[in-house]
Amino acid sequence: MTAHEQPDEIGQTTEESDPGALRPSRRGLLGLLGAGAAGLALGGGAATALAAQAGGGSGPESGAVPFHGAHQAGIVTPAQDRLHFAAFNMVSGTARDDLIALLRDWTEAAERLVRGQEVGTGLEPDNPLLPPDDTGEAASLGAGNLTLTFGLGRQLFTARTGAADPEDPFVIRSRLPRAFEPLPSFAFDLLDATQSGGDLCVQACADDPQIAVHAIRNLARIAAGRAHLSWSQLGFGRTASTSRRQDTPRNLFGFKDGTANIMAEDEASLAEHIWVGTEAPDWMRGGSYLVARKIQMTIESWDRASLGEQERIIGRTKREGGPLSGGHEFAAPDFAAPSAENAAHPAIDIAAHMRLAHPNQNGGARMLRRGYNYVDGSNGLGQLGAGLFFISFQRDPQTFVRVQQSLRADLLNEYIRHIGSGLWAIPSGVQSGDFLAQALFE
Amino acid sequence: MPTISTRRGIVAVTAIGAASLALTACVPNAGTGANAQSIAVTASDTACEVETAQAQSGTLTFTVQNNGSKVTEFYLLGSNELTILGEVENIAPGTSRNLTVQLGPGDYFTSCKPGMVGAGVGQAAFAVTGDAVATTPEEDAVVAQYISYVKAQTEELVPQVEAFVAAYQAGDDATARTLFPIARINYERIEPTAEQFGDLDPKIDYRKPGAIEEGLPFTGFHRIEQDLWLDEAIANYSTPEKDHYPKDDLKPLTPEERTELGEQLLADVNELKDEVASPDFTLTLADITEGAKGLLDEVAAPDGKLTGEENEFAHTDLYDFTANVEGAQVAFDTVRGLLEANGGEDLAQELDTRFADMFALLESYGSYDAGFVFYDTVGQQQRNELAAKLTALSEPMSKLTAGVVQG
Repeated sequence: MTAHEQPDEIGQTTEESDPGALRPSRRGLLGLLGAGAAGLALGGGAATALAAQAGGGSGPESGAVPFHGAHQAGIVTPAQDRLHFAAFNMVSGTARDDLIALLRDWTEAAERLVRGQEVGTGLEPDNPLLPPDDTGEAASLGAGNLTLTFGLGRQLFTARTGAADPEDPFVIRSRLPRAFEPLPSFAFDLLDATQSGGDLCVQACADDPQIAVHAIRNLARIAAGRAHLSWSQLGFGRTASTSRRQDTPRNLFGFKDGTANIMAEDEASLAEHIWVGTEAPDWMRGGSYLVARKIQMTIESWDRASLGEQERIIGRTKREGGPLSGGHEFAAPDFAAPSAENAAHPAIDIAAHMRLAHPNQNGGARMLRRGYNYVDGSNGLGQLGAGLFFISFQRDPQTFVRVQQSLRADLLNEYIRHIGSGLWAIPSGVQSGDFLAQALFE
Repeated sequence: MPTISTRRGIVAVTAIGAASLALTACVPNAGTGANAQSIAVTASDTACEVETAQAQSGTLTFTVQNNGSKVTEFYLLGSNELTILGEVENIAPGTSRNLTVQLGPGDYFTSCKPGMVGAGVGQAAFAVTGDAVATTPEEDAVVAQYISYVKAQTEELVPQVEAFVAAYQAGDDATARTLFPIARINYERIEPTAEQFGDLDPKIDYRKPGAIEEGLPFTGFHRIEQDLWLDEAIANYSTPEKDHYPKDDLKPLTPEERTELGEQLLADVNELKDEVASPDFTLTLADITEGAKGLLDEVAAPDGKLTGEENEFAHTDLYDFTANVEGAQVAFDTVRGLLEANGGEDLAQELDTRFADMFALLESYGSYDAGFVFYDTVGQQQRNELAAKLTALSEPMSKLTAGVVQG
């Protein structure tokens, strides 16, 4: 969330008192120090967030992104460079009260984490025979523009298929939005169940990977007995811009990615394509749907493809990122323009990735992409476990489905496999004093 | 599998009679003996008859008459059938000794151990009804209770290992494979204690990679496991991850080698039994509570049970898993009075719930008697669920030391 779009939010944060910081205890002091560059005074975090935006987005200065607001942070927030994404499953035998308690505890922890403060009683409990509440590795690193975006999986409403659970273990089935349908299977899916799905998801993005990991680690610990980590993914190098103030980054194919993304400044498009409106139950209004796809890239093969082949597959030039129909990066592609070499063929191949994914080819369907590169070490065959952890936000999951189905003929499919998948409902933002998805339980 | 239920107002114990171990878990706030109920116990080499299976809460004196031919012991056990609340030992044939305890309402068990070794005879339920008993826990008594438990476990361990080794040495591989996980139960319940005796745990329970890393001879349970499941071992150590380990020992052992290996294991578990029976053997409260946490960490370790690495050839990890959790539960059960006296009722209740959840899930995979499913048949999602319950238990367990030990 940026101050630009949510002016009220900054004021709100400034007014918030931080009980932890006011307490004259060692912990409170540490919490303050932990805020680091986020500011030592109340509201300093918000002030620094403003400064960070004025300075051009995710710079090295460690701003604090407000947790509260009409929408959850981490969607139109200028994309930070680092990701730790985690999926959780509710522990068998848990019920509605456990879910509510977990969301309350996560809210409380998230409010502290995004300010760069330690969770619970911090690094040093009064009794040294107790383990510290906060695991400590982010102490003094500051807030690092950490955002924590929480989502609910469909299984939470409908129970796991084939499980012995009751049909509606958390008594929220009646609040299931109509649009919240499971993703269909797509051509070339090679999905691994151990890297897919989950009752809950947390997207942690920050300038510093240690800050993102610290957040997920501590949230997982807080969840003990209620929810258990199912899988998680580290990402580096954002592959999309979500603000005009950010340059378009590159994915591991070496191409600019996300050129045609919806930007934070384009509020009308956000309202039309990203934020859920009155079509959904109130707990989802102002929310969105998050699709995550772990897309393995066979980069060794890709690297042996000629420049001409690579550009034909993507539909853009490699260095500038301009459409092959001509012009600079942000020039509108001309899908009818003929190829300079062979006028019988279009300049942008009929199966180029950019053509098939373009809104013009998908009935105007648009989403906000917020993916990250990943490399999970390498396999025993000397190949990097590299790829794109694709994340998109959209008002209706059908938007993603439509585009993904259009990509069936994508030339790029030769070099990618979708190995993980997930869809989560992202509830609306949290107001101060409330907890995540509170309206779902009222 | 023990059933877990909360007991309140446990137990003051005074063992009356010379040479008997005084196990005073709690001392009564009021004087003992005023309204003591006397209960006769008749012990023999095969039976342990208690004159009544129920009593009123308060001070109880068990008068144990040994009519057998072996020196015997009498135990009063908690509802999990493992925690020792009172014990009187060295009851010579033809003699009688008393065990006096303060018992609150709850479910208990009585048992005798003729020969002072093995699993005991005549274990029977003993129910106490009535009002709660006000008691003040005493740290020394709690530690003594737990030491009694450790001793009892080693006394049961020895004959279990004897039976296992006998089958192995006789070349009865089918029986030996069946007995392998059973012979490990008592050891796994007290493993952190056994690890205090420097070189014993490496000899008894090291896995092949551990022995190789430390340059020790590969002996003990897992060496025999490798021989009994040799095909599995060969396949396992041919995978890329384990290909770098030496393979020259991946061949059947000769009868002579079997004899030597078996005798070594027997000698080692007997040494463990003697060590914990020594008057010099002692533990602190923190040893007990940290040991409980350690038992759960053993399950979760990268070379532990959750990953199936502990018994990498036999795949009997769920037996060890269960035994580790039982050991942790006994340790918690033993210090519960101290925890509650320190205001830790909420933590005690949470741990009760988490243990019950953990045991319920483990029970869905089998039991010692009926057998557990082999761990290589337990899928990734099931393992994740086991891990979820274990984490749910381990997190509150990490607070036990602080709740019990006064800093």
